[in-house]
Amino acid sequence: MKKTLVAVVHSLLLAGAINVAHAQDKVVFAISQEPYPPFSFRNSNGAWSGFEPDLISEVCKRMQAECSLKGMAWDGLIPALRSKQVDVIMNSMSITPEREQVVDFSDPYIETPALWVGDAALELTPTPEGLKGKIIGVQGSTSHSAYVKEYFGKGSTIRYYNDQDDLLADLRSGRIDIMLADKVSVEPMLALPDNAMLAGKGIAPADPLFGKGIGAAVRKGDDALREKLNQALKAVREDGTYDDIGARYFKSSVTAAQ
Amino acid sequence: MDLTWLNDFSSELLRGAGLTVQLLLISAGFGFVLAIAMALGRLSNSVVLANACRFVSSVIRGTPLLVQIYILYYGVGSVLASYPLIRGGVLWPYLREGFWYVALALTLSVGAYVGEVLRSGLRAVPRGELEAARAYGMRRGQILRRVWLPRALQMVRPTLAGESVMLLKSTALASTVAVTDLLGAANIVRSQTLRVYEPLLLVAITYIVLALIIEKSFKLMGTTSQRRV
Repeated sequence: MKKTLVAVVHSLLLAGAINVAHAQDKVVFAISQEPYPPFSFRNSNGAWSGFEPDLISEVCKRMQAECSLKGMAWDGLIPALRSKQVDVIMNSMSITPEREQVVDFSDPYIETPALWVGDAALELTPTPEGLKGKIIGVQGSTSHSAYVKEYFGKGSTIRYYNDQDDLLADLRSGRIDIMLADKVSVEPMLALPDNAMLAGKGIAPADPLFGKGIGAAVRKGDDALREKLNQALKAVREDGTYDDIGARYFKSSVTAAQ
Repeated sequence: MDLTWLNDFSSELLRGAGLTVQLLLISAGFGFVLAIAMALGRLSNSVVLANACRFVSSVIRGTPLLVQIYILYYGVGSVLASYPLIRGGVLWPYLREGFWYVALALTLSVGAYVGEVLRSGLRAVPRGELEAARAYGMRRGQILRRVWLPRALQMVRPTLAGESVMLLKSTALASTVAVTDLLGAANIVRSQTLRVYEPLLLVAITYIVLALIIEKSFKLMGTTSQRRV
């Protein structure tokens, strides 16, 4: 009887150690459920995979914290952070002025340009005049959607999507004429045979609306955690782990922001 | 409560409310016609027609509306898009819009649900009234138009009001296929201002107002007599 009890308690503890962090220093990282390869997605076993989950586990080692990953809807990330369900968002979130009003960001850990994508056979100039009367698709709650609304909102129709897969599906079927997305994320998609009819239509020029690179978001005033994250990110970059992870997921080398 | 965003997004919100009302009117209108056909089909003497209508009605009522919208939009829509003839055709500007797929799904839904309601109403009209109408020499179409349908509608009016409010709330599913209806507009505000409660409360209030208008207009159709005829 006692043996069984001990075994049960052990297995419970073990399960707990895997699923829930319960050391003194536990940090919950939030990641969006919408697949966003190569940054974050679930592999065929249902486990998190991608640049950011790998980076998070390395950062956690440096922070000597016990970490857990929590998946949720992309537009629920910041609300969850503010209501203390999670402690850090590390999920390709650009540092924009709007977001900085409600959360604090670590130093940027990556920078990715925005790429216009459209039908390869069509001549499309991604300027407000060139896209007049066209339908532009973007993922909602992104710096891309803020940029498109600001510069293209007057002359073009904007469609907002919850995830990039739906966006690409509607671009393929011609329901939208062009989309704006993260170059690093969308380029591997363009290489797929399904998307053979799509092609890049140019990089969007740098703009304050795209933010100051991508950083990890923490609650306003959570300076201790932010400082720890900054140090851990710096350490990961200096010992070359960052480049190893990058090489695992990115074809072209990504500019690691300073 | 901070409503400073209201100015920046007022045009989106107004356009969204307009789209919601359009969806409501289009699907209620076409759906009602379909519902009459459905109800008559189910009451038809032809076994084949009656069973066919029952089958369609069961399928539509037995599957979630969201699934139907996805099937129409992502399934049928992308099949249509794969034919260059359709994709380059005159109808393509409509066929590429999520709006019409949602309108179609809602219309089918109204046809199936209200069809059942109408069928029960039609069956509840006392046989004697129909016989009296026939005795006056009215033809079948005239009986339907003058006696059968008006009497049935009178009896199911409260249920129809309820179904219409349900339809209003179902239009919110349009936002799932990138149609910027009222809820879609609120989602834009939510995502770009990072405010959660204010835009959602605003659209909730708008839906309530629209629902009240629907209930009020059904009241205007006259109250049902509770006396037995």
